[in-house]
Amino acid sequence: MKQFISFVRKEFYHVLRDRRTLLILFGMPIAQILLFGFALTNEVKDSEILVVDYAKDNASQQILTHIGASRYFKISKAALTQKEIMSTFQAGKIKAVVVIPVNFNEDLLHSNKAQIQLIADATDINTANMIINYLSAIILEYQNQINENLEIPYQIIPETRFLYNPQLKGAPGFVPGVMALVLMLVSVMMTAISIVREKETGTMEILLVSPFKPVLVIFAKAFPYLILSLINVTAILLLSVFVLDLPVKGSVPLLFAESTLFIITCLALGIFISIKTDSQQFAMLISLMGMLLPTMMFSGFLFPIENMPLPLQIISNMVPSKWYYIIVKSIMIKGLGFSSLWKETLILLGMTLFLLAISLKNFKIRLQ
Amino acid sequence: MAQGEKVIVCDKLTKRFGDFIATNEITFEVNKGEIFGFLGANGAGKTTAMRMLCGLSTPSSGKASIAGFDVYTQTEQIKRNIGYMSQKFSLYENLTVKENIEFFGGIYGLTDQQIETKTEELLNRLGLKSEAKKLVGSLPLGWKQKLSFSVAILHEPKIVFLDEPTGGVDPVTRRQFWDLIYEAAERGITIFVTTHYMDEAEYCNRISIMVDGRIEVLDSPTNLKRSFGVSSMDEVFYQLARSAKRGD
Repeated sequence: MKQFISFVRKEFYHVLRDRRTLLILFGMPIAQILLFGFALTNEVKDSEILVVDYAKDNASQQILTHIGASRYFKISKAALTQKEIMSTFQAGKIKAVVVIPVNFNEDLLHSNKAQIQLIADATDINTANMIINYLSAIILEYQNQINENLEIPYQIIPETRFLYNPQLKGAPGFVPGVMALVLMLVSVMMTAISIVREKETGTMEILLVSPFKPVLVIFAKAFPYLILSLINVTAILLLSVFVLDLPVKGSVPLLFAESTLFIITCLALGIFISIKTDSQQFAMLISLMGMLLPTMMFSGFLFPIENMPLPLQIISNMVPSKWYYIIVKSIMIKGLGFSSLWKETLILLGMTLFLLAISLKNFKIRLQ
Repeated sequence: MAQGEKVIVCDKLTKRFGDFIATNEITFEVNKGEIFGFLGANGAGKTTAMRMLCGLSTPSSGKASIAGFDVYTQTEQIKRNIGYMSQKFSLYENLTVKENIEFFGGIYGLTDQQIETKTEELLNRLGLKSEAKKLVGSLPLGWKQKLSFSVAILHEPKIVFLDEPTGGVDPVTRRQFWDLIYEAAERGITIFVTTHYMDEAEYCNRISIMVDGRIEVLDSPTNLKRSFGVSSMDEVFYQLARSAKRGD
């Protein structure tokens, strides 16, 4: 145990003294979260919105003025039928359509309730979400404004429709995706590089000649990255809750437990790569090409898996981050518990055990 | 130097990689406290032999015992009783002198108390006291090497294996390095050293020269020069190495 602690302490010195490592470790997650967070916000600026105003009354005019005043939207007006609205979407220029029904003002005055229809192009899910959120906020603001001095409040009910991808499958939050990405990068690449570095500098030989057990060398090298990755998870969650207003709906301890499992999967992968390679550059290349790209492509984070051809869908099942992404999304966004996630967890666990087993087997062979 | 006790005993030790015989039935013994030079051209099989003796590689056939422990079955005990310094510089450059000593002390299972006294002793001996908190990477190569050797014998091993320890070091520093080796040998630590420098070969009590996986000669430098009828170890080495069939 004393040996193990000496080793782990040494490993922390390495990490803390290497500025580049530190930058990748902690700068990258923060940069990614902020980048993804605010890049998406920017996209909504000046979005082209089509307004179909059937009512053409006082209330509808005021709402439209509000929307037009916002810096997020550029509006154009047209009188179209439902069918024509659909075809304008297909042209692709219009991001959303606001439909104000006939008798809007009257409904509002007489029954205190009026509907307004918001239709968004959900092929770009994040943008669609953002636009709908902004539009709803503007409408709500107007509603509060007219309600200020009233006893019986008016209610404007936005009826929202997402075209093309009604269930918004694939990603309301990019945070789970970034988490999978960052953990993959930190745990796989960093572990692989740090072990291979010892091989390159010749210190690995010294360690193998020492009475410190070879298997322990590997575990001691991986251990600090488990801690660092957990710190990263914490940082990402804090950022997402406090900076991006994306709360964790489900259980936080469960989220951490699942993250720990995924980190161990990644560490096992990193160890496996480090056993198979002899230079830091090669280890990095393999980690990037072999791990990062599949994570981006097959986790469902950037591209919906449902839309992929069948062979690619099958391949996606072999990517650990896909399962982790599903787990995190379910916990963070849907608030699901372990009972609905045991299958994904089991798959991840199986992958981890498999990777650890082949790593240890290969490691022994190398020593002969 | 021979005090009777044999710390390395090799009997027809062989390592094959497929058809290639890297080390071919080498047989020799090394006494306690001896400085044993293990010479040979590149590719002669020195490193393979040394790896077997350190318990890093399992022999294909033959017998060997290190500090009384068998190389096949007791590698754990062997590792506890040997020190090792490789030709690549083997300390951590981004750790300080003190942290390196603490780390290696730690993995050899020394107690904190032991590490503290050892560190003190070592820094004094090397005159590195004022550099204790400096990163090893910032030290000159000669000092690194001396430090590396001192760390290799930190846990008082019975035998220390040095694989071309003085590569790239100037003659003066090399001389100082050898002073450390003599000191260690006097304390009873057996030195097993490979080198390409023939002046260093002269410092050894006995040397063996490997050619094509076999030990061709084994004797004291003086006897070797006499039997080859030459005046320097360089010439002895040339005559043997010329007969080699294997290249690099």
